[in-house]
Amino acid sequence: MAEILVLAEHRRGALRDVTYELLAKGREITDSGGLELSTIVLGSGCSGFAGELSNHADRVLVVDHPDLAEFNAEAYSKVLVGVIAERKPRLTLIGHTSCGVDLAPALAIKSGLPLATDCIDLSLDGGGLAVTRQVYGGKMNVEGVLREAEGHIATVRPATFEPGEPRGEPGEVVSLEYPAELELVTRFTGFVEPPPGEVDIADAEIIVGVGRGIKDEKNIPVVRELAEALKGELGCSRPIVDKGWLPKDRQVGSSGKTVKPKLYIASGISGSFQHVMGMKGSDLIVVVNKDSKAPLFGFADYGVVGDLFKVLPALTEKIREFKGSG
Amino acid sequence: MEIVVCVKQVPATAEVDLVVDDSGRGIESQGLVQEMNEWDEYAIEEALLIKERLGGTVTAITMGGEGVDAVLRRCLAKGADNAIWLKDEAFEGSDAYATAKVLHAAIRGLEYDLVFTGAQSGDDNYSAVGGILAELLGLAHAQMVKKVEVGEGTLVVNRELEGGLEETLELPMPALLAIQTGLNEPRYVSIMGIRKARKKEITVKGLGDLGLTGGEVGEAGSWMKVQRVYAPPVEKEPEILTGSPEEVAGRLVEVFRSRGLI
Ligand SMILES: Cc1cc2nc3c(=O)[nH]c(=O)nc-3n(C[C@H](O)[C@H](O)[C@H](O)COP(=O)(O)OP(=O)(O)OC[C@H]3O[C@@H](n4cnc5c(N)ncnc54)[C@H](O)[C@@H]3O)c2cc1C
Repeated sequence: MAEILVLAEHRRGALRDVTYELLAKGREITDSGGLELSTIVLGSGCSGFAGELSNHADRVLVVDHPDLAEFNAEAYSKVLVGVIAERKPRLTLIGHTSCGVDLAPALAIKSGLPLATDCIDLSLDGGGLAVTRQVYGGKMNVEGVLREAEGHIATVRPATFEPGEPRGEPGEVVSLEYPAELELVTRFTGFVEPPPGEVDIADAEIIVGVGRGIKDEKNIPVVRELAEALKGELGCSRPIVDKGWLPKDRQVGSSGKTVKPKLYIASGISGSFQHVMGMKGSDLIVVVNKDSKAPLFGFADYGVVGDLFKVLPALTEKIREFKGSG
Repeated sequence: MEIVVCVKQVPATAEVDLVVDDSGRGIESQGLVQEMNEWDEYAIEEALLIKERLGGTVTAITMGGEGVDAVLRRCLAKGADNAIWLKDEAFEGSDAYATAKVLHAAIRGLEYDLVFTGAQSGDDNYSAVGGILAELLGLAHAQMVKKVEVGEGTLVVNRELEGGLEETLELPMPALLAIQTGLNEPRYVSIMGIRKARKKEITVKGLGDLGLTGGEVGEAGSWMKVQRVYAPPVEKEPEILTGSPEEVAGRLVEVFRSRGLI
């Protein structure tokens, strides 16, 4: 029976959340289309993963080899191209993660299959694949169809689908051979930890986040003063760190910190999914942005459509007044 | 060191109200300010830094219609030596795959040690052109690159993972690197640079010059056909606070107080 193949992503001994999200979405598609759900894990000594994954798929394919101990796009693409050629999955799902975007384009060319990246929804469409993606920093959606082919490959945005629950009946585990003739030119040599910061904003109860709307490094005090009045911490979007205006340990988002404070105030931040991934779990979210269409409003409890240079100082003032009187 | 950098012009959309155009498959581009793709600013900077250290040349390449030569002028003004403009009506509507095929046709005949692209572009957001191009050129590659060290025929790069973690890789040259933001400080364009850039020539190439046919590029040569562009449905409506900044601030203080936050 034709199958959907989900690539299991893991790092440092643990399967990553996106794997379970892809499996849940894959299951939804197989259920509606009379297909089977397979997942493939590449690693070294990864029988533990196979057991865990078998609760989520009809079949777990395992390629176990020392060369696969850490993710390596070259090794992964060379192994997967053989698996795809042989099994001809109707659809291969990969996370739109750092590893996924390193791997998927090369895999698509090697296997001659069309690829759609960063999908937020997808469904089989005859011999094609219907996908929904976001463009312009999340301000517009695009619906498109990948041309008809024997199979398709898609990378799927993390944290888009709910992870699936384990099922009662574990799927079968099948070991696949590591191709003997693989010669790799790219070599993984190690991890580099993020530098330890002065504060861990993940512990903060109140965070005031600042984004590119602040325009200039010299304006940062406008936000810092509000954070101080609230006895909270300063957080920021990525461009603020890229420009060197605040240190990396203040960055909120997929490539920074994941925070869940009691209050997150976002000022001058548009709401790219990478930022949202880092803060959407906050209890109370207030967004100040002069653009009423900023995607971040869609995650806010309270929104202020206005100029942060007017709203923030007024808020700082009112909080000081309140605290002074209380 | 011969370095080719693929760059792109994109509309600045963070602060503007986007409108779907009459075709329903794109956005109204009139009135939008065009700028260099953020990721490409870092890619061209990294190329220039390597050239300044090790010598060689930097060639900037872009694909696009009328007006996108501005992004090449910007690269020349920053210090790039050559510029190539891939311009043909047939290229319109290209997705990541068709774009990479056009870039491949232009780059395959050049001499290079390194090819850089941005990790993604701020408009289409594919994160795929670099990887496809690398594979078409038969090059080792790395995506999300945060650090580059050039050795004797080899490279050591840091690739950004999630949560601030990075990994180091060794790969042989020539190679393609897709550059992530933040790995350097993109330089400003000087008046002198702009003046000098004006005198430099931009090589223009079309479909025929690249040995491509119409079916390989544009929408016909793409993997994906766009059907509809629309504003995303709003999942949650926040309570929008209106009034003067003082009134809004007063309301927020009440909310914070009722929740014991202050
Ligand atoms: C692999 C990868 C990982 C990433 N990781 C992260 C991450 O961890 N965290 C992160 O934040 N980003 C991350 N990004 C970047 C992300 O895609 C966006 O580019 C970034 O979040 C945009 O930051 P911003 O909202 O501050 O800027 P912009 O998108 O430029 O938005 C600025 C906003 O400020 C508003 N504004 C301007 N002036 C004012 C004013 N006076 N008053 C009020 N509002 C104003 C504008 O309307 C606009 O909405 C990542 C990207 C990639 C590719």
